[in-house]
Amino acid sequence: MRELDYDELEALAIGAGVLGTGGGNHPHLELMCAQADYRRGRRIRLIDPDELADDARVAVVCIMGAPLVTKERLPEPQSICRAVRRMEAHTGQPFDAIMSIEIGGENAFFAMLVGMELGLPVVDADTMGRAFPEAQMASFAIRGLEVAPFAIADIRDNEILIARAESPTRVERIGRRIVVELGSIAGTCTAPRSGAEVKAHAILRSVSRAIAIGRSIQAAKAVGRDPVAAVVERALARLVFTGKVEDVSRRTEGGFVRGTVRLTGTGAWQGRELAIAFQNEFAVAHRDGALVASVPDLITVLDEESAEAIGAEVIRYGQRVAVIVLGADPIMRSAEGLAVVGPRAFGYDFDYRPFEELTP
Amino acid sequence: MKRIGIDVGGTNTDAVLLDGSRILRAIKSPTTADVTSGVRAALAHVLADSDGTTPDVRAVMIGTTHFTNAVIERRGLSKVAVIRIGLPAASSIEPMADWPEDLHRAVAGPVFLLHGGHEFDGRPIAAFDRDAMRRAAEAIRDSGIAAAAITAVFSPLIADCEREAAAILAEVAPGVSVTLSSDLGRIGLIERENATILNSALHGLARRTVAAFRQAIAETGLAGPLYLTQNDGTVMRAEEAERFPVLCFASGPTNSMRGAHLLSGLADAVVLDVGGTTTDAGMLQAGFPRQANTQVDIGGVRTFFRMPDVVAIALGGGTVVREAPFSVGPDSVGFRLLEKARIAGGDTLTLTDVGVRLGLLELGDAQRRNAIPLDLSEAAQNWIGRRLAELVDRMKTSGADLPVIAVGGGAFLVPDHLPGVSQVIKVENAGVANAVGAAMSQVSGESDRVFYGVPREEAIAETLRAAREQAVAAGAAPDTLAVLDVDDTPMSYIPGDPLRVRVRVIGDLAG
Repeated sequence: MRELDYDELEALAIGAGVLGTGGGNHPHLELMCAQADYRRGRRIRLIDPDELADDARVAVVCIMGAPLVTKERLPEPQSICRAVRRMEAHTGQPFDAIMSIEIGGENAFFAMLVGMELGLPVVDADTMGRAFPEAQMASFAIRGLEVAPFAIADIRDNEILIARAESPTRVERIGRRIVVELGSIAGTCTAPRSGAEVKAHAILRSVSRAIAIGRSIQAAKAVGRDPVAAVVERALARLVFTGKVEDVSRRTEGGFVRGTVRLTGTGAWQGRELAIAFQNEFAVAHRDGALVASVPDLITVLDEESAEAIGAEVIRYGQRVAVIVLGADPIMRSAEGLAVVGPRAFGYDFDYRPFEELTP
Repeated sequence: MKRIGIDVGGTNTDAVLLDGSRILRAIKSPTTADVTSGVRAALAHVLADSDGTTPDVRAVMIGTTHFTNAVIERRGLSKVAVIRIGLPAASSIEPMADWPEDLHRAVAGPVFLLHGGHEFDGRPIAAFDRDAMRRAAEAIRDSGIAAAAITAVFSPLIADCEREAAAILAEVAPGVSVTLSSDLGRIGLIERENATILNSALHGLARRTVAAFRQAIAETGLAGPLYLTQNDGTVMRAEEAERFPVLCFASGPTNSMRGAHLLSGLADAVVLDVGGTTTDAGMLQAGFPRQANTQVDIGGVRTFFRMPDVVAIALGGGTVVREAPFSVGPDSVGFRLLEKARIAGGDTLTLTDVGVRLGLLELGDAQRRNAIPLDLSEAAQNWIGRRLAELVDRMKTSGADLPVIAVGGGAFLVPDHLPGVSQVIKVENAGVANAVGAAMSQVSGESDRVFYGVPREEAIAETLRAAREQAVAAGAAPDTLAVLDVDDTPMSYIPGDPLRVRVRVIGDLAG
């Protein structure tokens, strides 16, 4: 167990943006909340999965809803705290630690804010290793662990418990409807997980990975080195394109933003073209018509100069960007993982191939 | 149709008298500490040989960096009472939490967090707490604070709570000037609130400045209306500018770029505006400045509204050159150029002296010119070439060579050849490009709406209609209106497939 330094908060924000693969933006507001907590003397205690007792009880949390709402209502870690308390009341047992459902984007920070609020350590792990749009895309669900009971709460006086559900997808669907009623933002806590389950089925040390990615960008910028190259090196990623955004088309379907970003190449990719399809997150990339990467591998678009991650909702014409690809966790690349988070699960008519094979 | 354009920069006040697009008179004079006497002098000059008769001037357009500088230098700012409406939401980050300490000290007044605000779909988060608002208004009245900023959750979509709060404040404390965040409106509570607070902090200064401009104009006998130029390259009436001084924040570089476009006829180019202290680089796309698409930092405060994408470096006519060891800037003698520079008999070697020594500019007498060291001047010239080449490269979006338009009082410092540049264009009257840009400014209209289940084309057409109405209300001639940009953003995880559409149109001032 270790306390995160104040400086690591910003590194985590940058790294969570990179791992957000276009779906989670730079968690600027959540970072401000965490920094304010630090100024008040609170600290994040990060616990390594190996330090967790097998029978430790872990609360897996996230904020569910529209990111746009948080930009107006500001982060609401209190609603997650209430969902956690509701789950404790339901099971009759207190939690020992907090863990985030996803490391990509804003949710990376909510676990930290809740940990500080409740005085609990935060596990260095998550269930996606990136950002995904739906709860059944979590590694615990992929490995067949129940998502219910599932607690939902808001900042008013509303607490809802889904005691049982036939499948993780059903929890996701019921949950969405409830969240819409609450103003399209709410805190959630999924079924309690044991320390043993976390060690066996979570994406381990992803918080440390995000911090390391953020640090590599900060360090490169501080000495005037190329921060994109620094991320590629640190995250064992591959640079697949640099270019200028030529066109973005977006539409909403069932509450998801879908569309395509088209880039024209610069530098080594002069005269070439990259198209990235997105469904909230960047899902599939084709270079000159040939597949270069697809879900569940991480396709991330970075500002060419600052290496700050650019979200699919905000990317726009004229931006100069670098596109990098990071390998998904083995759980996501397994057969049962691909059934939920592979290209076919997102409606594409082809089988997954690891990006390392696609671009030798 | 005659117009006067005036650009009040940190170093120089420039003015032109235009007839259509023809420059009748132009003057560059030092900015005065009180700003208005410089404006008065500039006006007197451009109107000088009208034989006692005042020319028929349709309008006076003034661009000023006065408000930006006030924030950066933390002077002339008023304390602001901050009202945020959104409890029990919108309380996890305090107002002004991310402001630099000195600016916070200068501006922060009492803070009131009230119940109210809306969800994105129009339902209230909680009932608006009118009683608490009344108590806040009484506290503001009793504190003697003269300005307030009101921000409610999702007010860009539903501004009811902000309007109601303003009405209560007006009733209880009628003297307090107010900014509603919905009037500056973009989604993003913190950035919008920051801009709203800064705007209210500038209200007093804006009123004093506009009054002084008006008086200077009245003294010349001119009757045409006064406009102030704003960030997007268009103008707003002076009464609007008094209410929304933040919209003038980046008008300086914007005017230069528009002027560079009008003087050169080039619509796509890099513009280098070399002033007394800095060089601003911007990119012209289809005749308008490329917009920055990120949060904009003003005096250390994060805001988000429309601003041109400008990069500034410390390189100007007043930049100080040192001999041993050789160094250039970043300090400048600024508006004291004509007393401090060697060529003017002063004791400081500046880039203007370098230009004179190398024959790029004619100024002063031969004896003083020859006393400026030649080797040092050549070293400084190399330094300028390197710095400007880097700057141009940062602005470009591809490897292809682009033309550069050099404007501003220090345009003579830009070399005739730069790597990555197809040609360097120095237009006649480059020194007053900003004033030309101001004088030729057009009028814009903007509309920003959210649609549910409406086809995209229909939503855009509807928004366009509203934007055109806005522009005409602001003084545009309807038959000159053209679409400047259309931005449509679907919103994720919200039922009903909402689409947010923003349209801006622009047109000429009706004659």
